[in-house]
Amino acid sequence: MGSVAMDLKARIPSGPLEQKWDRHKFELKLVNPTNKRKYTVIVVGSGLAGASAAASLGELGYQVKCYCFQDSPRRAHSIAAQGGINAAKNYQNDGDSVFRLFYDTIKGGDFRAREANVYRLAQISVDIIDQCVAQGVPFAREYGGVLANRSFGGAQVSRTFYARGQTGQQLLLGAYSALERQIAAGTVAMFPRTEMLDLVVVDGRATGIVVRDLVTGAIATHCADAVVLATGGYGNVFYLSTNAKGSNVTATYRAYKRGAAFGNPCYTQIHPTCIPVSGDYQSKLTLMSESLRNDGRVWVPKSARDRRVPGAIPESERDYYLERKYPSFGNLCPRDIASRAAKEVCDEGRGVGETGLGVYLDFADAIKRSGEATIRERYGNLFDMYQRITGENPYQLPMRIFPAVHYTMGGLWVDYNLMSTIPGLFVLGEANFSDHGANRLGASALMQGLADGYFVIPYTLGNYLAGLKPGINSPDAPEARAAERETVARIERLLSGRGTGTVDSFHRELGRIMWDDCGMARSADGLKKALGLIPELRDRFWHEVKVPGAGEGLNQSLEKAGRVADFLEFGELMCQDALHREESCGGHFRVEHQTPDGEAKRDDDRYCYVAAWEYRGEGAPARLHREPLAFENVKLTTRSYK
Amino acid sequence: MRIALRVWRQRDREDAGRFVSYQADDVNPDMSFLEMIDVVNERLIGQGEEPIAFDHDCREGICGSCSMVINGRPHGPHQGTTTCQLHLRSFADGDTIIVEPFRARGFPVVRDLVVDRSAFDRIVEAGGYVSVSTGNAPDANAIPIAKPVAERAMDAAQCIGCGACVAACPNASAMLFTAAKVSHLGLLPQGQPERDRRVLAMVRRMDLEGFGGCTNFGECTAACPKEIGQWTIARMNGDFLAASIRDLEEMNLRDEPG
Ligand SMILES: Cc1cc2nc3c(=O)[nH]c(=O)nc-3n(C[C@H](O)[C@H](O)[C@H](O)COP(=O)(O)OP(=O)(O)OC[C@H]3O[C@@H](n4cnc5c(N)ncnc54)[C@H](O)[C@@H]3O)c2cc1C
Ligand code: FES
Repeated sequence: MGSVAMDLKARIPSGPLEQKWDRHKFELKLVNPTNKRKYTVIVVGSGLAGASAAASLGELGYQVKCYCFQDSPRRAHSIAAQGGINAAKNYQNDGDSVFRLFYDTIKGGDFRAREANVYRLAQISVDIIDQCVAQGVPFAREYGGVLANRSFGGAQVSRTFYARGQTGQQLLLGAYSALERQIAAGTVAMFPRTEMLDLVVVDGRATGIVVRDLVTGAIATHCADAVVLATGGYGNVFYLSTNAKGSNVTATYRAYKRGAAFGNPCYTQIHPTCIPVSGDYQSKLTLMSESLRNDGRVWVPKSARDRRVPGAIPESERDYYLERKYPSFGNLCPRDIASRAAKEVCDEGRGVGETGLGVYLDFADAIKRSGEATIRERYGNLFDMYQRITGENPYQLPMRIFPAVHYTMGGLWVDYNLMSTIPGLFVLGEANFSDHGANRLGASALMQGLADGYFVIPYTLGNYLAGLKPGINSPDAPEARAAERETVARIERLLSGRGTGTVDSFHRELGRIMWDDCGMARSADGLKKALGLIPELRDRFWHEVKVPGAGEGLNQSLEKAGRVADFLEFGELMCQDALHREESCGGHFRVEHQTPDGEAKRDDDRYCYVAAWEYRGEGAPARLHREPLAFENVKLTTRSYK
Repeated sequence: MRIALRVWRQRDREDAGRFVSYQADDVNPDMSFLEMIDVVNERLIGQGEEPIAFDHDCREGICGSCSMVINGRPHGPHQGTTTCQLHLRSFADGDTIIVEPFRARGFPVVRDLVVDRSAFDRIVEAGGYVSVSTGNAPDANAIPIAKPVAERAMDAAQCIGCGACVAACPNASAMLFTAAKVSHLGLLPQGQPERDRRVLAMVRRMDLEGFGGCTNFGECTAACPKEIGQWTIARMNGDFLAASIRDLEEMNLRDEPG
């Protein structure tokens, strides 16, 4: 068991599940309205979580500084979310409720998330939709003028709100407009093209960040009374993923190195419906929204190495394997299950396309049933995107899809107040570990990001600040000076390399190791192999990498180099976590732990806990702390979608 | 396939800038345009040279980061496509392609193909929002909105803020960008209370940022990767005129001796 030094208290309020959050809100300390402007809060990130937090905190009167590495806050990775956002509005009268959304999320996460957090998320979900509509987010509507819903990602009720295939974009533009309004009001100062490279911790509290201005190259320390990280997920540790190119782990990993525990780093979501890799030059993978599974049927040929074009394969020789294996959920079974099933048929040699790493997603029946016009109305922009990328027309040929890294459930460990193990450091959105357990349900990330930013942090941050004297943190503190010096030295070291290897070549190599051994199927042998290969690769990186240009001015190679250097350390932590968890749960599939028919086998006696890892210095193995998970309102069952 | 590139290189805002030729050999038709630049950059770095700087992030046509003028057209030859969604199958073996940054007074060059588009943020800051603080919202279904109206608003709201409209316009005008936001909010009931103030403030800011006027060339819509229509500009002009008149009337009322 872990040391006593690390405080892993989840601070879950007492009382019945349905009353915890309301009671907690009442018990939280408040900052006097006239005092709020004396407090400065740093928010790193301008995605759904960061923008909603920065705007809401600004509205309350705090002085907020908000950061992003893109040229505009509106370009944060959240912009790319397609499918939708869940909320327990029960507008469809189809049996949804806060409790059902809570239950689906807990079960979908394979019983590896905290009950109290997830329940709060389901409660808040309804307020999010109200807020977004009031901002002018143009959600899809019915002819009667009310909001439309669809069923998404394996849910048996229609609770997903959407704006064509651009839900993330519209939600982010809503949060961004609220943010711009606060910038105009003078409560938020925005720092675009500015990257956080380290966290400053003084006397055990988070007091600021070290940043690099990506245009001038200047390094500076910015101080505040509290720091909020909303820096997104780390799927790009695999090099190829559906994440935007810039998504990275640096902010959270640097915080980890300064003492914040990292929760469940190995929990990764592999999304079943992405466009397959087409060559070595591939720079990223493109998601085809899950909503396509509402109308598309997934199949492969029954026999291995069947090279016929899809149209030449008769019905009787096709295997609609999801419908066969999971008759009650069929094509709509959860992501982890659909991904693994695709891998399985490809491993059997039944994969399609040139590489054999693909399965068909076929709309022929849907087009026959509803007509091409209807399908075009539903998915037109996705079909166009598919055609642009592959050069194939999905109205005529089935799409080819394959699983790809999509989302990371792991993240910095936080308590019920979303505070990390470092007092004053809060973590929101995909960057924290909190609500999705070992597998996230579709349309739940947008919900969580906005819940954290609009409706949780405005309350819980006040409770922390209320006990603090404002404005006492200075960039001249010895710890701040030291962090800044270390950042400068690291940049110098990256630039001084005499080698010829490009940053991307190392990143690709790391990605291959992670995908092979810490991807869809993991084994002790593979993970041990990876744990040998990663330090070797890291060592080569520092000796052989070439980062051209200087520290001054815009230098995109240098930006990438810093991020990849962190991935090269972080990958090891992921493998270590995956190796220690001797069970299969959600997206974490250990081949040693499966049922005879290949389904994930959990071990609730030994692993019903959150793994929170503590950094213990260069070269020393991270230390494991456990936060036991108690299930008082749901029964732990074997997830079955058969 | 083999592609010859002539790429604009410029160290920083002050530098005069120049075209430099590169050869992209061994590229293939399934590659995206940005992947071709990646390949060229990998080679440059290997030779100890500085790679071509360009903005990009999602590579899915939605974040609005990528911003290149390809053979004289923002985002290249196709209608409704961003640079990151353009593939080499749209070019022929042996082609020479000219790549430049988005050029406009409102978009100073930062380096190579990277430009400063922060003026767009300032236009939104001027009024591109509904003033509703967190927690103030009524139930989402309390205000029904007819489907065609919601769809129309969505047509305008799709703008990705890339700036191709400005780069395409002979006057480097930001009308389409501004009109898209004004129309999105102006069509919806939520946007009505601030409709006048919004259009006046955003248009004023747009002028202050050094963007040119609109003389109805329509190049902006042709270049727009989301194909935002000219109707938004007509709509904004109408709104602007109405708001200006109401503004004047109000001023007159205020000025009347009490
Ligand atoms: C293609 C795709 C489709 C998706 N579709 C859906 C969907 O339909 N429904 C759903 O619920 N979820 C979906 N998701 C998941 C969801 O979009 C993300 O989990 C969510 O948007 C993350 O939001 P965030 O605010 O936590 O982080 P992000 O949006 O990733 O924002 C991170 C922010 O942090 C900043 N940042 C990061 N590091 C630093 C640093 N070191 N210094 C300064 N700034 C930094 C970035 O600039 C950015 O502003 C999808 C994801 C992908 C990849
Ligand atoms: S990189 Fe995002 S739109 Fe092109």
